[in-house]
Amino acid sequence: MATKSQHQTDEMQEYQKMAQEMRPKKPLLKNVLLAFFIGGFISEVGQGVQWFFMQHGMSAKEATSPVTVVMIGLGALLTGLGWYDRVVKYGGMGGSLPVTGFANAMVAPAMEFRTEGLVLGVGAKLFTVAGPVLAYGLAAAFVVGLIRWLVTGVA
Amino acid sequence: MAIKRLGTSTYQFDNVHIISTAAVGGPKEGQGPLGADFDRIWPSELNDYDSFETAERHLLFESQTLAVEKAKQSWDNIDLVMGGDLLDQLATTNFAAREHQRPLIGLFSACAVFTEGLGLGAMTIAGGGPHGVLVSAASHHMAAERQFRFPIELGYQRTPTAAWTATAAGTCLLGRVNEDHPERVRVESVTFGRVVDWGSKDPNDMGTAMAPAAFDTIRRHLEETGRSIDDYDRVYTGDLGVFGLQILSRLAQKNGLSWEAHLDDCGRALYAIKEQDVHNGGSGAGCSASVFSGFIYHRMKKRQWHKVLLVATGALFSPTTYQQGESIPCIAHAVSVEYP
Repeated sequence: MATKSQHQTDEMQEYQKMAQEMRPKKPLLKNVLLAFFIGGFISEVGQGVQWFFMQHGMSAKEATSPVTVVMIGLGALLTGLGWYDRVVKYGGMGGSLPVTGFANAMVAPAMEFRTEGLVLGVGAKLFTVAGPVLAYGLAAAFVVGLIRWLVTGVA
Repeated sequence: MAIKRLGTSTYQFDNVHIISTAAVGGPKEGQGPLGADFDRIWPSELNDYDSFETAERHLLFESQTLAVEKAKQSWDNIDLVMGGDLLDQLATTNFAAREHQRPLIGLFSACAVFTEGLGLGAMTIAGGGPHGVLVSAASHHMAAERQFRFPIELGYQRTPTAAWTATAAGTCLLGRVNEDHPERVRVESVTFGRVVDWGSKDPNDMGTAMAPAAFDTIRRHLEETGRSIDDYDRVYTGDLGVFGLQILSRLAQKNGLSWEAHLDDCGRALYAIKEQDVHNGGSGAGCSASVFSGFIYHRMKKRQWHKVLLVATGALFSPTTYQQGESIPCIAHAVSVEYP
C-alpha cells in the first residue's frame, strides 16, 4: 500500500524538478513592496488614531486599548463590506499581520458560517482561521512571560 | 457487438449519440470569452438562493432541465441520470435528483467526473440498457472555496499556479439515433484512467499534480485505438490550466511525442486569464462539463472540428489527506467524440 513515504521513482523526481523549474514565479519584489506600503499605511492610520486619543488627554499607554478597538472595528467593517480580502490580496502579510487582519480572520468565518446556524455554524467555526494564532500566541506569551519573570523577577 | 474492447482500458461504441447539451454559468463565466456559448448565465453567484450549496444544486438542475427541454423530451423519457460534483457526500447531484425523480448513479472522480459519466453512460447505452442517459457535472466557486480553502471574505494571496473553481454546470443527453434522424455528434470511445500520483503535494498547483494522469490516459488512448494525436482536431484537457498544459506538452516532448499543437484546456479557455485574474485558469467539475456542453459542442456542430478528445482531469485529494501530508493522487478519463 502506497503511503506518504511512497518510493519516488527517478522519473517522478525528474518530473518534480522539471515542474519546479517551469513553475511561474511569484512576483517577489512587487509583493514585498506592496506588503510594505499597504502594511505601513494601515500602521500609519493606527498611529493617527493613537494621536487622536492622546490629544484628548490619554497617555500613549492608555491609548493602546482604544486604538486596538478602533482598528479591529475598521477591519471588521471593511470585511463586512467585502473589501478587506482585496486589501490582503494585494498587501499579503502587510494586510494580514496588523490587527485589522486579525479582525478579518474573525469576521470572515462569522459571516461565512451563518448559513449553518448560530451554534453549529458561527459558534463552532468562528475560530477556524484565528484559532491557531490564538492558541500558539497565548502559549508563546506564557513562555515569554515565564522567562521574563525568571530573569527580571517582575511578573 | 455494440461495445468493442480495445487494449485494456478503451471501449468503442456503435450507436451512442449526443441528443442535446446545456450549459449554465455564473456571472464571471458569462463575462469570459466563452460567455456566448452558455445557454444561461446567472446574474449573481447566489442568484437569490439562500446558500452557495443550494445555488450549486439549482445550477445543476437548471442545466439538466434545459438539456431535457432542448431534446424536446420530458423527464419521464430519461432512463438514467449519471454525474457528480465536488461537494461532500455528492450533495449537489443527490439533492438535484430529489427534484427530477429519475434513477440516479452518483459518481465521484473530482473534476474528471464528466468524462467518467460520458464513458459510463455510453457503455450502458451501447450495452443495450437504458435508452436515454443524462450525464452532468457541476461546481460552484463559492461552495468549493468554503469546502476546500478559506472563508470567502478572508483575505489571502493566491499563488500564480492556483486555479479558480468555476461556477458552472454542463449536461449532455446521450441516446441512440434512428436511421431517419438527422445526424448527431457521436460518442465514439472512452479510455478510463488509472490513478497516477507522481508525488505532488501542493493543492495550489494542481496542474503539476494532474498532468501525469492526463499524459498517461491520452497515451494509452492513442496506443489502444492505434491513432496518433493528428487524428484529432483538438484534445481538450479538463482543468490543467495554463501551467498544467505547458507541463503536459513538455512531458509528451520528453517521451518523443509532439502534442502541443493539438492540446488545449477547458479551464484555460473558460476565462480571459489576465483580465479576469484567474491565475492558472478555471477548474472544477463544472468546468469541463460546461465548456464541452457549450463551446466545444457548438464548434463541432458548426463542423469546425470533426474529432475531439475530451480528457477531464481530477485531483483526488481531500482537505484531510492534504493536512496529513499525503501527496495528491490524480485521474483522467478520455472520451472521443466525432461529427463526421
